[in-house]
Amino acid sequence: MASFVIRRLIASVFVLLAATFLMYNLVAFSDDPLEDLRLSNAPNKEQLIEARIKLLRLDVIPPLRYFLWLGDVLRGDFGVSVQGRDVNVLLQQALGSTIQLVTIATIVAIILGLIVGITTALRQYSGYDYSVTFISFLFFSLPVFWVAVLLKQFVAIGFNDFLEDDPQLPVWLIAVLTILGGLLWASIIPGNLRRKTITFAVAAGATASMLVIMNLIDWFTYPGLSIIGVAIIGLGSAVGFTALITGLKNRRALYASLAVAGLGIVLYFPFQYGISYSITEWWMLAALAALTIAVSMGIGWFMGGVDKGPVMRVAAFTGFITAGAIALDRFMMVWDDYASSGRIRGRPIATIGSSTPNLEGSLWVQGVDIYTHLLLPTMAIILISFATYTRYSRASLLEVMNQDYIRTARAKGLAERTVVVRHAFRNALIPIATIVAFDIGGIVGGAVITETVFGWTGMGQLFINGLRAVDPNPVMAFFVVVGGLAILFNLVADLVYASLDPRIRVN
Amino acid sequence: MSNLNAPVPSGAVTDAENNIANKEVEGLSQGQIVRRRFLRHRGAVISMIVLAFIIILAFTAVGFDFAVFGMAIKTAGWWQWSWSDIPTPVDGGRPTLSLLPEWLGGAGITVGPHPFGQDEIGRDIFAVVMRGTQQSVVIMVVVGLIATTIGTVIGAVAGYYRGWVDSVLMRFTDVIITIPLIVIGAVLGLAFGRLGAFVLAIIIGLFTWTGLARLVRAEVLSLREREFVDAARVAGASDRRIIFKHILPNAIGVIIVNTTLLMAAAILLETALSFLGYGVQSPDTSLGKIISENQAAFATRPWLFWWPGLFIIAIALCINFIGDGLRDAFDPRQRRMPSARALAKGTGGGLDRAAVQVTTRGAGMQGEGGGLRGFDADDPRPRGGGYDAARDPKKDS
Repeated sequence: MASFVIRRLIASVFVLLAATFLMYNLVAFSDDPLEDLRLSNAPNKEQLIEARIKLLRLDVIPPLRYFLWLGDVLRGDFGVSVQGRDVNVLLQQALGSTIQLVTIATIVAIILGLIVGITTALRQYSGYDYSVTFISFLFFSLPVFWVAVLLKQFVAIGFNDFLEDDPQLPVWLIAVLTILGGLLWASIIPGNLRRKTITFAVAAGATASMLVIMNLIDWFTYPGLSIIGVAIIGLGSAVGFTALITGLKNRRALYASLAVAGLGIVLYFPFQYGISYSITEWWMLAALAALTIAVSMGIGWFMGGVDKGPVMRVAAFTGFITAGAIALDRFMMVWDDYASSGRIRGRPIATIGSSTPNLEGSLWVQGVDIYTHLLLPTMAIILISFATYTRYSRASLLEVMNQDYIRTARAKGLAERTVVVRHAFRNALIPIATIVAFDIGGIVGGAVITETVFGWTGMGQLFINGLRAVDPNPVMAFFVVVGGLAILFNLVADLVYASLDPRIRVN
Repeated sequence: MSNLNAPVPSGAVTDAENNIANKEVEGLSQGQIVRRRFLRHRGAVISMIVLAFIIILAFTAVGFDFAVFGMAIKTAGWWQWSWSDIPTPVDGGRPTLSLLPEWLGGAGITVGPHPFGQDEIGRDIFAVVMRGTQQSVVIMVVVGLIATTIGTVIGAVAGYYRGWVDSVLMRFTDVIITIPLIVIGAVLGLAFGRLGAFVLAIIIGLFTWTGLARLVRAEVLSLREREFVDAARVAGASDRRIIFKHILPNAIGVIIVNTTLLMAAAILLETALSFLGYGVQSPDTSLGKIISENQAAFATRPWLFWWPGLFIIAIALCINFIGDGLRDAFDPRQRRMPSARALAKGTGGGLDRAAVQVTTRGAGMQGEGGGLRGFDADDPRPRGGGYDAARDPKKDS
């Protein structure tokens, strides 16, 4: 195993060296780096050209200049850009900004893609499956820059217009959403016609009443979940996770998760009007999330009886979702202050940039600001990558559901839930895990167009601006990070596969 | 069966499964079986018709104009404007296409002089979009041809010879695969974009074969261990003959399916590059370039934005659906048995399916092999064509 990893790492270093050499020369030969100066009318044109040649060592031919660059990089110095700025600093800023942009989008896309892929595989050849297949092919075929303009027009500008004066959902929209909600649940939940009709009626009724209530309490001006919303989400997730992971017959898991949800509800008021004011840094929020999970698992451990593992898992998921709902409610509380503040002037959804300049406020206000800026690019990225994950997880689960051991599991009388969740789902995750590992390596470099359209100064901009100026240093800094991550995660994907699937031996 | 530790090659079909397949597809050639399965995929067939319509429309409406390495091909089209004409703007450049009949309050079903509208200076958007569609189609075909050829050859050679040839070729593939496509496209587009769509397509094709090479290599690695390859070798066939006449025809499914996906990706890549300004350059035009030039005008002239986008989506969507149909036709493994619950409940469709399944299974077990391979016949993975016919999704619904 160790020798395999070492051999692969050595091979990877050579691959990266070859790729950087190729890339460096492609960039250096792609155009004339002195073009803008040659065309300028500046009186000291000659001196400027001299200065730039000296700054970027243009007197050395590119294949040799690569080795000069490589020597600097091995000492941890990415050089300077055409404008004379330190590329290390540029890279740091760009990397931070891009990671902020792609992390949430990737996580949401993976979770959504998995859920939708699995439900479509379980309802293969249903109307739901066909619609999702069509939609994912459609998303697959969308050019991201085109979607971006549509999102800007309809989500940002349209929604801001909607918020402008006394936002109320029109009746036709409520009717459409009600029917869609009913159809969605009726097609996912199995059963005969009678049961499907009941599911449709319940889901449609719930959707309609929720939308009407939102209209009545001016939800779009003063959004929030309140303790009622938090309670519904907490108790619902307790029951839902228990039903999914252990089955409702496991009373210990049910009581443990209900206890966790109850604890969350009890802590609602102390948190919203006390503790939350003393949270001023992001790491505090992260620590609180970790604490929540630890406490939930502790409750699961105490109430778990003989089989503690699944109970702890159910409790941890419930605790995380409940705490997440409380935090979401806290963010929503400052929404009105944020939207009506002088910097925002009632048009909260931003179409460009990564934050509102000079915005002051608590951590919660900053959080809402990040949300409004992330919304559009995140939607664009999710739309594109969601399709891939849906298709992969659907294919993977279908492949597994056809295996002998699934039939054995059914034959020995296991409940369908156990067969799907314990036997099929876990095995279906193996190929998906490798795809996810591979994708994570690629996302940092994959958002070039999204960043350009939404004006994020991230890795994509570093690359594009560097290329425009025929300036290899920023382009190569971008490429070393992106290519290095791709190679690293390629290796990780192989190792993950080998460790998850005992049939594969790495040697 | 001799080596139980070896991963089952994805194309492997056991004797018993062959029997099931044979019952259902007796007297049909491999090509006919694949064609039948493909024609059953309704989405793929519709997509093929739509794509053919789009291609014919684009190439006849404004005529070709492609110059490659000094050779210029130019013909005239039947449409009254070409993409470089600048007629005077009429009615603010609004589209004259109308599909709403008069009795519904519309202007009647008419095409008018500028069905897709005009831009600020008066260019006819229909002609411009048709030209962009031509570019996309050319890029799609050229990239598909070049990338498939290179990828197949490299993958086949690496997988067949193994050893140091494999190592060298695969490390080379790794080097290319490390560079994100959009990055290499932008760098090369900057240098070659002004030479026109054809050259750009060749360049893109030279760098997009990597995924296919890996897949073909994996396929060849498993195929080269099969008996028919041994038989060919014993009969004295040369390496080249074994690769091209015996192994590659068996890997054709993987190759064709991935070529279609590659072609769809190539269209999106070209539009993205043109959008960033690294693709096709003025005075020529492409779908991505039209959107890039007009994205600020969305509020005032939305048709400048809708039409090119719709054509990009239509082409990519058609190609993706055709690819899906081909995958189903070549590799029906994703078909699934009726679930245990469907069998237990015995709902109408479920019972029928169970009955069909039992008969086809029985046929398999009674076939040659004296029941020895009965266990294999029980393999629920539906790989044979016969099984597939029994489980046709269109008949289920």
